[in-house]
Parts: sequence; C-alpha cells; structure tokens
Amino acid sequence: MELNYSPEDIAFRDEVRAFLDEKLPKDLSAKVKARAHLSKDDMERWHAILNEKGWLAPNWPKKYGGAEWNAVQKHIFEEETAKAGAPRIVPFGLSMLAPVLMAFGSDEQKDHYLPRILNGDDWWCQGYSEPGAGSDLASLKTRAVREGDHYIVNGQKTWTTLGQYANMIFCLVRTDPDVKQQEGISFLLIDMDTPGIEVRPIILLDGVHEVNEVFFDNVKVPVENLVGEENKGWTYAKYLLTHERTNIAGVGYSQAGLESVKRIAKAERANGKPLIQNPHFAARLAQVEIDLMAMATSNMRIISKAAAGQAPGVESSMLKVKGTIIRQELNDLARRAVGPYAMPFPSETVEGDNDPIGPEYAAPVSAAYFNNRKLSIFGGSNEIQRGIIAKVKMGG
Amino acid sequence: MNFDLTEERQMLQDTLRRYLSDKYDTATRNKIIDSDEGFSAEIWEGLAELGVIGALFTEDQGGFGGAGFDISTVFEELGRAGVVEPMLDTAILGGGLIAALGNDDQKALLEEVIAGGLHLALAHGEPVSRYDLSRVETTAKADGDDIVLDGRKAVVVNAEAAGQLIVSARESGDVDSRDGISLFLVPADAAGLTMRGYPMLAGGRAAEVTLDGVKVPASARLGVAGAGYDALCDVIARADVAIAAEALGAMDTAVELTRDYLTTRKQFGRPIGTFQALAHRYSDLLIEMEQARSAVINAAGHLETDDAARQNASTRNLTARVGRLVAEESIQMHGGIAMTKEYELAHIAKRIVMCDHRFGDADYHLERFIELSAA
Repeated sequence: MELNYSPEDIAFRDEVRAFLDEKLPKDLSAKVKARAHLSKDDMERWHAILNEKGWLAPNWPKKYGGAEWNAVQKHIFEEETAKAGAPRIVPFGLSMLAPVLMAFGSDEQKDHYLPRILNGDDWWCQGYSEPGAGSDLASLKTRAVREGDHYIVNGQKTWTTLGQYANMIFCLVRTDPDVKQQEGISFLLIDMDTPGIEVRPIILLDGVHEVNEVFFDNVKVPVENLVGEENKGWTYAKYLLTHERTNIAGVGYSQAGLESVKRIAKAERANGKPLIQNPHFAARLAQVEIDLMAMATSNMRIISKAAAGQAPGVESSMLKVKGTIIRQELNDLARRAVGPYAMPFPSETVEGDNDPIGPEYAAPVSAAYFNNRKLSIFGGSNEIQRGIIAKVKMGG
Repeated sequence: MNFDLTEERQMLQDTLRRYLSDKYDTATRNKIIDSDEGFSAEIWEGLAELGVIGALFTEDQGGFGGAGFDISTVFEELGRAGVVEPMLDTAILGGGLIAALGNDDQKALLEEVIAGGLHLALAHGEPVSRYDLSRVETTAKADGDDIVLDGRKAVVVNAEAAGQLIVSARESGDVDSRDGISLFLVPADAAGLTMRGYPMLAGGRAAEVTLDGVKVPASARLGVAGAGYDALCDVIARADVAIAAEALGAMDTAVELTRDYLTTRKQFGRPIGTFQALAHRYSDLLIEMEQARSAVINAAGHLETDDAARQNASTRNLTARVGRLVAEESIQMHGGIAMTKEYELAHIAKRIVMCDHRFGDADYHLERFIELSAA
C-alpha cells in the first residue's frame, strides 16, 4: 500500500502545474471559475494551446500525435486542469470518435480524420440518442439504406451536445431492420453540410443552448464514410462507451465544487455568523466532503489498476453513480448557500453586461444546480448503472 | 501509488482467513457467544500462535508489524468472521497503552500479551462521559507511596477476563480537562475493585467497574502523572482504524450473504434478485462498500501522519453510515430469516451496528471532523 504519488508522478505534476501557470489564459480560467459560458472560440483557443504542447490527446498513442500518458498521468492532468480552472477538453472527436477510428477505422479514415481532430479542422458531435431511444439505445430507428455508392439517411437524433458548432457527426444508424436490434446497426461519419440535415436548438431548463436536435431528410452519405463493417456498429459503440467512462467520477470537479461551496459559505452570513459555522449546513458539507475523500481514493484505486494494465470493470459504474451523487449534492449546497440570490435568472446575470445582481458568486449556482441534473441521466442513467452493477455482481 | 497488500500482509490475511473459516463457523461461534466466558480460550490461543497479536505490535515492542495496514488487515478478517474474541481490548487498547507509556518492567507484560497469556481491558469511559475522552471523574489521590483510586467505569469490555485493567483517573484539573488524567495498571483482583459483568448484544462481555479506595503503588502509573490524555488519543486512533476495518469485513460478509440469498431465494417463480427494486438496492450496497473500503484505506494509510485524527473521524463517520445501511438493508432483503438468532447475518449485522458505539458514532465523528477541519 502506497497512497502517495511516486517521485516521477510528482515531477510530472509539477510540469503540468508550471505549464498551466504559464499557458492557461487568465480570462479563460476566470470564466470557468465563475461558471460563465464558454464560446466556441474559447474552447478552440484552449485546444490549440494544448495541441501546441502535444497534450491535447492524453489517450492517443504517440504515433498519432497523442501524449500516450498512463492512467496516473492522465489523472494528474485532469486533477490539475480542474483545479486551475482550465476549460474541459471537448471530448467528441478526441476521446470518443478517435479511439473507435484507431481500432476499427480504415487507414484512409485514420489518415484523414485524426490530424484534423488534433488541429481543430473538424468539430465532431455525437449522433446516438433519438427521441425514442435513450437508455435503450439499441432501439434506434434512424435508417440508412444503401443505394450505389451512398447511404441514404433518414431520421432524427437528439441531445446532440454542441452540435451547433459541429461540421461533422458520427452516427449510429439502422442498416438492417430485420435482425436482432443490436445486429442491424452501423457506424457512419456524416458531414453536417450535406443537404437534408437540419440542426434545431434545444434550450435547457437553465436557459442554455447546449444541446440540439438533428434531422436527416434523404441525406446522401458516401459509403467510404462507414466505419468498419456494416451492421457491426453496436460493437463499436460499446467500445466507445468504455472510453466515455474515463474520468467518470469527476473527482477534480467535485474538489473544485467543494472549495467553491466553502468560499461561498464563509462569505454568506446566517444569524450574524458565517454560514459555514451553522451546524446544519456544516454537517451536510462535512458529510459530502467525507464521501468525496473516500471516492477520491476509490478513483485512485481504479487508476492504479488501470496503470497496471487491468481494465476497469463494473467499478466504473459504481464511480459514476457515486460521483454524480456527490457533484449534485455540492450543487445543492451551493444553491442553498446563496439564499434568495439563487432566484435571479441567469440570462440576466451570467451573460449580460450588467453588474451582477447580488454577490458575484451567486449568479451561476442555481443554473448549475439544474444543469447538472443531467449528470445522473446521461452516459447511462444511474438506474441503468445500478442494473449493470447488480447483474454483474449477481453473476447473471 | 499502489493499493496492493505487501506480501507479508497478504500472507497474514490468507492465513487468518483460512484459520477462521476452518475453526469459526456460525454454530461454533454462536456457542462461544452463549458461553459463560463470552469468548473461546482455544481460539485466542490459536490466534496468538498464528501471530495475529504480534502483527499488531512493532518489532521494538516484540511484535512484527504494528502499522495502520497491519491493524486493518487483521481486523478486516476478524470482522468478516464475526469474531467476538477481545482483540481490540487486549492488544490495541491495553497493549497499545503499555507499549506507548510503560517503563521496562511494565513493557515486560507485552510478551505475555503477544503470546496470548494475558488479557487486558481499558477502564476509561464513565457512566456520564459518553464518547468524551477528556471527561474523567474517577480520582487518583496520593497516600504516602501509594495511590488511591475512587470512581466508576462504564461498559469496560473484557474486564472479567483481564489480568490487569488500565484505569484512567484524574490527579488534577477539572472533570473535563485534558490535563491531569493519569493511567494506572490495576490488577483485576485488587481490593476495593468490584465488577458487575454482563454479556453484550453483539457478543463478548463487559462490566460496570467500581473502584472504592483501590490502593496501588505509584509504580503502577503508566507514564507521567497527569499526562495520559495524548496517549489515550493515540491509542484510540489505532482503535478507530481497527473498528472501521472490522466493520468493513463484517459488511463484506453481510453483502455476500445477501447476494447468495438474492440469487437463490425464489418467490413468484423467480430469484428475488431479478426484481429491480431489490437489484438496485443491492447495487447501492456495493457502491457504498467501495466507499467504505476506500475510507478504511485512508484511515490506515494516514495513521502515522499528522492528518490521522481528521482522516479517522472521516472514516469512522463513513463506515458508521454505510454500516447501518448495509446491516439494515441486508436484513430487509433477506426478510424473516435474518431475524433468527442462529442465522449468520443476524450476528454480523449486530457486530456492524455495535461498532458505532465504540469510541464514537456517526454523529460524534462528524462533529469531530468539522472541528478538526476548521482548525
């Protein structure tokens, strides 16, 4: 048992800290810490800075231009960037599509798309969910019919995160409706500029345009945009989901969230004393801090296994559930900490040019509380995770 | 970073687990609980022979371990089997205090402890002190070269079996003061020392101890007069790791029994674990078990650091919360069978929940965590 980082890991951490100190633009970290919305330009700026250093793709092998870090190094990077208030790396091309292309794509696809992902030439979005296919993703209906050198795609995708910025979408489509659901799905790469595609915004309950609906009306997609084999898309999708599950616990976000709640609770006053001294508030805060201390160690246990070459199993599902519960609890504590100033609507405060209404830290907390209800829904809802855990552990 | 046990500790774990699964089945254990002594001398001897007691002491003290992960390794296995033998009282608390404070003569007792020949008990808590370590009303007054002890000690675990009791008593200061508390080695048969012994709900025995003009020589004092509090805290920090690890081991058993039950018990023509209401509750137990396991690692790994107290408070709060959840949910998912005394889970659930009552429950440790975090 050794709970601490090795000297090499500490040297790496120092290197990351020095880099962030020097290269992370102050206006970006200020925005992230204030939970302000990042523009497309903000995200692309940060990607370019990381890419210049060779750190944009921690997962990728060096031969494709990645950092090829081990699990501990990736964790250190995630922890330090979260702490420093760096924008999170937009994952769709870098950590979702790229591993699938590396494993199942043709050489042409790899040569063409991978450098474009690194250089920011393409902005990818994910076409998985449909109005009728959420947790039961395999029931998806978007249809692709082969006609000569093309597939003709018809259907609808939804919850397409940042699709409004994307020029490319990777989609699961149904290519064979007559077999078992999972066996008739293919993985297609589609140019968003193709005629017949329409992107419509979905405004979320916090007033934010983060996700979209994408409609496909007789969209012609060249057959060379098929990844791997026809009707094997479900296998690739499952492979992708395992990559989506890295950093699933969100320890860094929770640690930053905890510090933020503490700052707020020291500034807010209740009964003439700092809120943090209120016994009820202090008890809830302490309990979530205790949960987080344990989860951070659970996370390290999995990382240390992964660094030793053992694939994480059902532990990922456990971390997903616990990690989201902790993050949501912190969101709730922050919301309650600011009292009545939780009520002003964010579009007036976060995005406007006016002076903030109430304390500066109050503006984003309610919006974040509602926005982060998504955490226990997406990436396989917590109920889906509980089902997986029970099934695996009961050996069924 | 590395979360594997060292080879020596892995061996200790394997040996102890094997020994207990051979010698300590439910029926045997339940008979031990119902015996007059409340524990088995034969098992105690067996544990000593395996080196389990020695693993809890450093080489300087005559053992071959004594670190946080030695404690957690031993107690997790004891917890797994629902062991009622007084390892915490004799080795961690009694032995720990002698090792920390004793002079050479007093430390000579450790050899006997490690060999399994001497039992100890810590007589510290009092009828109104609850979990407050500094509240000591029992007095120690000099009488020539002797010391006279007067007071009452509450729920002194293992008091009847102990050859020596380690009694805390106040030599100076207010009843709540951290200064002025001394510790004395008092032979169990000392004149004026009386006990009202009783069995405990989760096995083992304890006693209400009355000290009425008990006279001991000044050489019975452990360490410096009035300076016992810090040593008590240090030893109880080690006990916190032990209790949390014991609870973890017991929870593991509870969850395993629950899994077996969910996959074999059939109602409405199918295993009850296939019902989603139960499957999801079962997976919540597993999720919280991972938390508890990490919390025990945190406590054991920080025992020798400056952050030990805060980490301990954190871990004891978490294992107490998870313990209650696991005990209650395991019973609920089993249904009626878990309510019967002879079923393994009944004893295990009681062990888990009663851990909450040794040196502080979830509320106590939450408050302590808040205090230590603010400091």
